[in-house]
This record gives sequence, C-alpha cells and structure tokens, in this order.
Amino acid sequence: MTGIFLTLLRRDLAQLLLGGRNHRAGGGALLPVLFFLAVAMLYPFAVGPDAPLLARTGGGVIWVAALLAAILPLDRLIEPDLELGLFDQFALRGISEEGVVAVRVLAHWLSFGPPLMLAALPAAALVGIDAEQVRLVELGLLAGTPGLAALGVLVAAITAGLRGGAALGGLLVIPLAVPLLVFGAGSLSPGGEAGLALTGAVSLVLLAITPFAAGAAIRSGRG
Amino acid sequence: MQASGLTACELFCRRGDRLLFGALNLAVESGDALHLVGPNGIGKTSLLRILAGLLPPSPPSGSVNWQGSVAYLDGRPALDEHLPLGQALDFWRALDGSAEVPLAALGLERLADIPVRFLSTGQRKRAGLARLIGQNADHWLLDEPLNGLDADGVSLAERFIAEKRAGGGVVVVASHQPLALPGAQVLDLRDHPS
Repeated sequence: MTGIFLTLLRRDLAQLLLGGRNHRAGGGALLPVLFFLAVAMLYPFAVGPDAPLLARTGGGVIWVAALLAAILPLDRLIEPDLELGLFDQFALRGISEEGVVAVRVLAHWLSFGPPLMLAALPAAALVGIDAEQVRLVELGLLAGTPGLAALGVLVAAITAGLRGGAALGGLLVIPLAVPLLVFGAGSLSPGGEAGLALTGAVSLVLLAITPFAAGAAIRSGRG
Repeated sequence: MQASGLTACELFCRRGDRLLFGALNLAVESGDALHLVGPNGIGKTSLLRILAGLLPPSPPSGSVNWQGSVAYLDGRPALDEHLPLGQALDFWRALDGSAEVPLAALGLERLADIPVRFLSTGQRKRAGLARLIGQNADHWLLDEPLNGLDADGVSLAERFIAEKRAGGGVVVVASHQPLALPGAQVLDLRDHPS
C-alpha cells in the first residue's frame, strides 16, 4: 500500500514539479510562480507610486494573484492521464480513483503551495506591505493553498475530456474559490485574524470532498 | 474439468437508446481463448470494457466473474509520453512489483532510452505489450492487439498469447486481423441482438 502511494507520488511530483519536458503546457511549477510575480509586479504600474494605497491594498492583490495562478496548471492535472488510459489501468489493478486523486492533490499542493509562499516574499516587497501583513499573507497562503490545490484537481477532473475544458475549468474555479479569497484576504484587515481559521476550514472541506467528487467524476466520464 | 476462468451472465449493453447486444452469456475455461468478431460499432470494445469492469453492464443486470486478476490492453499504451520508454515501463513495474520486462523479446531493447512520444505506431503497440506482460495478471483482455504490428510483431503477439494460455490464463481478443488462436471460441456479436 505504501509502495503504491510512494510510486504514484513520485510520478505525480515529477510530472507537476518539472512539468515533464515538452509536455502539454510544460513549465511545471515555475509557470504559475512567474505568473503570480508578474501580476504583483503589474499592480504598482497600474495604480501608480502611491505607497500608502499600495501598502493598504497589496495583500489583497497577492491573494488575487495566487488565485489566478492556481488556474494555470488545471489542464495538466487530470486530462493527460485520462487520455493516456492511466486511470483505466489503475482501476484494473484495484487502485481506486479516490486514492489516485488524493495523491495528486498532495503532489499538486507540493508543487504549487510552497513555491507560491516563497514567491509571496518578493511580491510583498513589490507592493510594499509591512512585516505584519507579510506574516498574515504567508499564514493565509499556508491555510488556503491546500484548498486551492484540492479545488484545482476537483475542477480538472470534472472538466477533463470536455472541449475547451481548460477555459471552462478556469471559470469554475473562480466562484468556488471566493470563500478562500474572502476569508484569506479578510484576515489582513485589522482584527481579522479569525479569517485564517476560516480559510483553513474551507481548505479542509475542499480537501475532504475532492477525492470522492473527483473520483466519481472520473468514473462517470468513462465510456 | 478445470475451473472456469471467466463466466459472465446476462450481459446487456446500451449506448444511448441503442441496444448493442443483450442476454449474452459467456463461459471460458482456463487456458481457453475467446475471439470477438463483428463489424465496427457492434460493441466489441464495450464488451471488453464491461468484462474488464471499466464499464458497468447496462440494466436489467449482468454479472462478470473472473478467477484471478485481469489485464487490459487497448490502443493506448498508458505510458508517459515524455519519459524514455524504459522509465515509463519502470513506473508500472514498480506498481505491479514485477520482475524485468522482456524488452529484448519484444525487439525494444534499443529503444529503452527513447521518449515514448518518438515511438512509431507499431513500437507503441510493442511497448503496450511489454506493459501487459509485466503486469503478470492471470488473464488478458486485448482490444485490437495487432493494429500497427508488422509480421514479426504479429507472430510475437501470438506467441505471448499462446504462452499465457499454456499457463492457464484466459485470453479474450477483439481483432479484425486474422490471428492464430488454436481452439478458440469465436463470438460474433451479430448473433446477439436483444
């Protein structure tokens, strides 16, 4: 059992972290991080050099950038494996879709959450928020990115195999990620620290639902 | 008499409103083979997927029973496209806990370092066979296993099928190409409308 778990995790990490050279969108974990930094860099250009305004709104922008970055890897999460027939082969070996999806959520978070939290440091410097806000952003991302990862895998499973599934997936993720955004960015306002706990709670709900919902989606998509 | 390798009762398959086949009963003894024939769209692949447990039989009801584990090979080798063939097969070998995959016997030993996406149709098919053999399952379900294989590959596939049967495995093949399956049952799905 642990052997299967480790074998699956190793493959998923190689695919998601390194992107599998020349495969699909490619770029692996680097692409969402660069996108995230690009959004954080563009924001000061757009609103102008107003330091107090940037410091007040910067944390929220980092959250929006994180949410948008979570959309980028959607088409690499489930669709390629479905196309190659891997899920059929897992099923024949008695490895449940739920198990495969749970491992994939873990691998996706590892390739997406920690890099984003690292990138949030230069992003915080770009928008000029203070140390206390940086701490809250980092804690919020720690609580919120597992939920974003689970949501990404869930939506990828539901839209896999649909024409234009990637674009549709992006549209589906945004409204479903609103609770994470509201509580996560809400924790940045004075006295809003309880938002961190609520962000974590939303993440836990998404983590609990995803293996079963995504597993059912993959099974029902089988023809 | 040997134990029955595969028994299936009262299988129905509907695609949308259309009934592909109905009231199908199968019994294949260990070491026996079943050759599915019939024109395109008659439901050969659907039957294989039902037998593999990937597709539930349509209502009213049906049951499929295997004595042992089952492997399934279709047009997709299920190997990571960007990985070298050897590494892509290693992933399945680690999952299946199997010994060395017979690359040399399949004429693939020189391709182990070539990424799967550069392989030709026939080479992919051979790679799929390598994965299938490495799985060490008791029984095989093969969907058009000869597509794209050259004469040499066809005789290889026939040899592996014969070996599997000699080891007591059931082999179910859907194939349009002529395939040497001595003593196999032939099932024409045209004989099984509802």
